[in-house]
Amino acid sequence: MTNLTKIYGWGRYPQQDAYLHAPPSSTSLEFTAKQQDSVLARGMGRSYGDSANALNVLQTTYINHFIEFDKATGKLTAEAGITLREILEVIVPSGWFLPVTPGTSYVTLGGAIASDVHGKNHHIAGTFGQHVKSLSMLLGNGEVVTTSPQHHADLFHATCGGMGLTGIIVNATIQLLPIRSSLISQKTIKADCIEAACEAFERNIDATYSVAWIDCLSKGKSLGRSVIMLGEHAEQGGLNIDIRQKVSVPFSAPSALLNTLTMKAFNTAYWHKSKHNVSQTVALMPYFYPLDAIGEWNRLYGKKGFVQFQCVLPKIDGVANMRKLLTEISNSGEGSFLAVLKQFGTANENLLSFPTEGYTLALDFKATETAIKTVKKLEDMVVEMGGRLYLTKDAVMQESTFKATYPNWEKFEAVREQYGAIGKFTSTQSERLGLA
Amino acid sequence: MKRILIIGATSSIAEYCARIWTARGNALHLVARNEQHVQTIAADLTVRGASKVTTYCTDLNDMDKHEEMLDIADDALGSVDIVLIAHGTLSNQKSCEISVHETLAEIQTNALSTISLLTLLATRFEAKKSGTICVISSVAGDRGRASNYVYGSAKAMVTAFTSGLRQRLYKSNVSVVTIKPGFVDTPMTSEFKKGILWAKPSVVAALIVKAIDKKKAEVYAPFFWRITIALIKLTPSKIFKSLEV
Repeated sequence: MTNLTKIYGWGRYPQQDAYLHAPPSSTSLEFTAKQQDSVLARGMGRSYGDSANALNVLQTTYINHFIEFDKATGKLTAEAGITLREILEVIVPSGWFLPVTPGTSYVTLGGAIASDVHGKNHHIAGTFGQHVKSLSMLLGNGEVVTTSPQHHADLFHATCGGMGLTGIIVNATIQLLPIRSSLISQKTIKADCIEAACEAFERNIDATYSVAWIDCLSKGKSLGRSVIMLGEHAEQGGLNIDIRQKVSVPFSAPSALLNTLTMKAFNTAYWHKSKHNVSQTVALMPYFYPLDAIGEWNRLYGKKGFVQFQCVLPKIDGVANMRKLLTEISNSGEGSFLAVLKQFGTANENLLSFPTEGYTLALDFKATETAIKTVKKLEDMVVEMGGRLYLTKDAVMQESTFKATYPNWEKFEAVREQYGAIGKFTSTQSERLGLA
Repeated sequence: MKRILIIGATSSIAEYCARIWTARGNALHLVARNEQHVQTIAADLTVRGASKVTTYCTDLNDMDKHEEMLDIADDALGSVDIVLIAHGTLSNQKSCEISVHETLAEIQTNALSTISLLTLLATRFEAKKSGTICVISSVAGDRGRASNYVYGSAKAMVTAFTSGLRQRLYKSNVSVVTIKPGFVDTPMTSEFKKGILWAKPSVVAALIVKAIDKKKAEVYAPFFWRITIALIKLTPSKIFKSLEV
């Protein structure tokens, strides 16, 4: 009865056949998981590469219920399959916001924990997992346990950022952030090269939110020119949220649409359009999730999809190393117009969590053979520089890179072993990276 | 504020209808078989802002309990303005073919229990001279096909019954809305291979709520099924019998 279905991540590369199971409730989730030899939980499929791909996939689509929301304390408990978008719809009118949010609201709570996602406030608030009070998860032996930084702490720190490889997150309790207004006071700063951009981050280390759009195609003097956007929650303006989707990309664009020429034109126009030192007030949704306004924007890259490259480089020599990377990217001429630069704060205790203190750069490459070669070259450079790549974005990393740059991988495997996850929860990515 | 009774409230389509009605501030009474599942949904709707949610558990195949269930719903809500009947199972055609027992059990769940509810509800609504009864039937009831004619024939009975009931209750200012979804991507169909004909339960739910708002008679959800089914119905039986659809 069960059929194979083609699945893929947000980058639509790589694709594979999978058996999809979508249990109707959290009790049947446990039942279904027990039936499978090896299985992987999957939420919205918004990780870019193959980290949510597996032969047996357990979709958490219908495990999407709120359990409890205390409007006085901002403690929220919900099932893993609920999306951040749905959470925002409920919490913002009551004066609460997500303590950490990635650049899209179309991810599930379980996915946000499994990827230990970060946002524009990483330098202040850390990752999503640092705001999880406790979570309940299904282990390989069929047992459901509650873990927190105090209880089964080893399992907790392996699960936050653990890419679904320790078990299936059933529900979680998070501590929300109080807000007085749903508006954001935004300030824009232009930096005409990578050095100026990093300096601007340092100067604005106290800003709650900071992120930069970076031009990865510009060269020479203006290499790494950036538009830095700082943000603070406003004090006034009401608590409103509009989650309706405006437009959608109806079908895959011809892959020639995004080429070096069009992307250069876009970047140049964006640079000149942005004004230096301008402050304005914007709504939550367009500030945090600008791309969510365009449904299925991944189709712009054409049928073959794209890969995203996101690295972090240590702060020491970070600026000089970033210049080297950007030079490589801009010479390749392959980078896209959607490039982001940010300064990270310190790392946390979660074993496979991505952020470490330094600079992170994220950009897309159309999934062509030459672009993938470029990505692999960048991968080697990042290893050399003592940095690492974000598992949630990755589709091509080598096992040796992973093991060299995530030194806690052995501890992670030990925790998986202890809690019966070995061979039970695996993904196409975990197999590629040499996890058991 | 509308007072809404949802029968088969753990069905995915019904749940998404409940979420829309919750956002509008309506009061809901949820009837389902699985206690834990319906409690999960009630808690969820409460967090989403429902003004009032009550639940009741019963096995709808036990038709002797229908009257009592409706009395309890009346008590919980005060009075019922809208009823959505959404319970059902997707029959396993192959095992029905070799089992009279299973075939009749499927017809019991998908047709007879609904007919029982409709008969009781019709009398109650007729006396009140207002309200809406909405039933989820299926495009499968429009023409029997080899792949699912047990389920289809049960739904055909529901469609014909509601058509007659609609005429009868028209004079009493009661609307009867028949929904005919096509393929819907729900837990009930989670193991089917999906294509472009498949709709999300949230989309079908929005169409149902709209059909009830506008007191429509028969609604295909989504609309393209009206055309697809019209073509299927036009196919002469002589040709149809050899098709694999």
